[in-house]
Amino acid sequence: MLEIKNLHARVADTETEILRGVDLTVRPGEVAAIMGPNGSGKSTLSYILAGREDYEVTEGDILYNGESILEMDPAERAASGIFLAFQYPLEIPGVATMTFLKTAVNAQRKARGEAELTTPDFMRRVKASAADLKIDTEMLKRPLNVGFSGGEKKRAEILQMALLEPKLCVMDETDSGLDIDALKIVSDGVNALRSPDRSYLVITHYQRLLEHIVPDTVHVLYKGRIIRSGDKSLALQLENEGYAQIISEAA
Amino acid sequence: MTVHQLRRLTPPEEALIASAESGLAEGDETRRNAIATLRRDGLPHRRIEAWHYTDLRTLVGGTQRGLIGKIIDAVLPTSEPSFLSPLLPGSTVVDLGATATPPASLPAGVAISRSGAMPDWHEVVNHLDRDVDTIRLVGAAFGATATHVSVTANTDVEHAIELRAEPLDNGDRGFAICDVGAGSKAVFVERLSAGAAGALSTGIANLAIGDGAEVLWIIDQEKGERETHLGQLNVTIGKDALFRLFVLNAGGALVRMEVHAETLGEGADIQIRGVNLLRGSQHVDVTTTLNHTVPNTTSTETFRNVVTGGHGVFQGMIKVSKGAQKTDARMACNTLLLSDDGDFSAKPELEIFADDVQCGHGATAGEINADHLFYLMSRGIPLEAARALLVKAFVREVVEEIEHEAAVEALEARIDAWLEQ
Repeated sequence: MLEIKNLHARVADTETEILRGVDLTVRPGEVAAIMGPNGSGKSTLSYILAGREDYEVTEGDILYNGESILEMDPAERAASGIFLAFQYPLEIPGVATMTFLKTAVNAQRKARGEAELTTPDFMRRVKASAADLKIDTEMLKRPLNVGFSGGEKKRAEILQMALLEPKLCVMDETDSGLDIDALKIVSDGVNALRSPDRSYLVITHYQRLLEHIVPDTVHVLYKGRIIRSGDKSLALQLENEGYAQIISEAA
Repeated sequence: MTVHQLRRLTPPEEALIASAESGLAEGDETRRNAIATLRRDGLPHRRIEAWHYTDLRTLVGGTQRGLIGKIIDAVLPTSEPSFLSPLLPGSTVVDLGATATPPASLPAGVAISRSGAMPDWHEVVNHLDRDVDTIRLVGAAFGATATHVSVTANTDVEHAIELRAEPLDNGDRGFAICDVGAGSKAVFVERLSAGAAGALSTGIANLAIGDGAEVLWIIDQEKGERETHLGQLNVTIGKDALFRLFVLNAGGALVRMEVHAETLGEGADIQIRGVNLLRGSQHVDVTTTLNHTVPNTTSTETFRNVVTGGHGVFQGMIKVSKGAQKTDARMACNTLLLSDDGDFSAKPELEIFADDVQCGHGATAGEINADHLFYLMSRGIPLEAARALLVKAFVREVVEEIEHEAAVEALEARIDAWLEQ
């Protein structure tokens, strides 16, 4: 599904190197967790996967279903099935949430050569997914994310994910800013979408999220490289010991 | 005796005056006077502060626009205005042309008549201007005469009143004097549609809003790409009255749109929203003066500008008179610069002679927000579609504040059409 090979990347403006040779493989249906201390490059990795222009890849490659995505723009990557759930979803005044959702869904369908959804069909899907995520449809009448609470924004991200049906979901600190109840709703939403042909890259600081979204593999990112990989027990070990032990072992 | 040293007029000024003279009739003293004043003072230039960013002397007749104010013998309508459907469905269309006949049927409480009254150029609104009011002077020099529209007290006029001036070959000459009685509600649309290339039009309206009345005034300016338009709206707002204005500038080569409003009674509220869409080599200037002359009045003013080319100007003056305590006035001018070929100048001016007021102004200019663009694209919306969505969003925010469903729909359709060109 996803193969990241010796990926080096830097901030385009300042040429600060953030990723220094990331190697990571995620199989179809796998839930891979990326953990790491602040500043290790976790969010950068998620932005680079989604195609943000502020970063440039200086070495290595990202293969998705065997093909490099480096030349694809964010919209092309999205249409091919890559989805980034933002740590801080953006508020966009003036863009109606429903218009946005419909434009996005149909743009992806069009790019894949599928027929666009009719309005009733689309509305049915939105209502069903919104109900699962306990999203009030009144909320969807507002401009995109404007005036949404932190929890509402994260649920809206999962709603988008449910509607867009991606194949690779990159979740950037989806747990940040969520209380326990909201965390449960969001995690249930994610778990409901787990399937043998859908992979996840779950980026988080804390083991807490991984109690709800149980990973198959856990990888520790530090100073732009994966320094340790393991199964879900690695997350527990980190929770108990902190990063210091693993960092010193890797050094 | 004072001897004026007559300045030599520029060729475009000469052409303009000749064009004005071509329709002059015997005994038309006011008009003759206006032409003489125009000959004496010419057009304003950049050293007159109120015209600093719109130097008419240089701009009129500029090569991009072709010769403005061309001399013609017969003044004939260039198109049949009734072919245009009104901006808002069900509107009463009023032709402001000198030979126009009033509409056959009028809504209850609405009266329309014509008189020989001409715009009075002697009083200037803005102390940064020269001794004569240029737009009213040019209007009078070209023979604009008044159409009076009155709405009696306590009348709720259901459908909009659309004001149009018959487009003549050398420009149209709308001059409307509108009175909305106490406690009444009315919607006016000032429709400034395309005329002949090279034409110079003037559109002048004086609006008096009675106590407790509500007026929504929409200016829909879509002049042709080689036309000049000089527009002016003068408004007085009574006690507890509401004046809402929406300005759409989506056309014209050289446009100056002035709005001068004055609060006459406490509780008067002014809400101005506008969108200026600029491309090519257009020069579009919006100049407003909001006069808070009595205590407890409010105003909000927001312009959103989309610039892909040309020059935009916004001059917004807020005046608070001595004693006009508790004035609350807010003004904003936000510009989206979509290309390096265009520019926008914003000049807020506050003049406050009271000590218990709140006045604020802000101007921004920038490109499309890169974070917003990335967010939309990360959901699969292609670059061009994402950009279009964000540009629309930028202007829609102010259009939606009109709170008039049919108007929002009609103006959004106009704006979308411009953006898709």
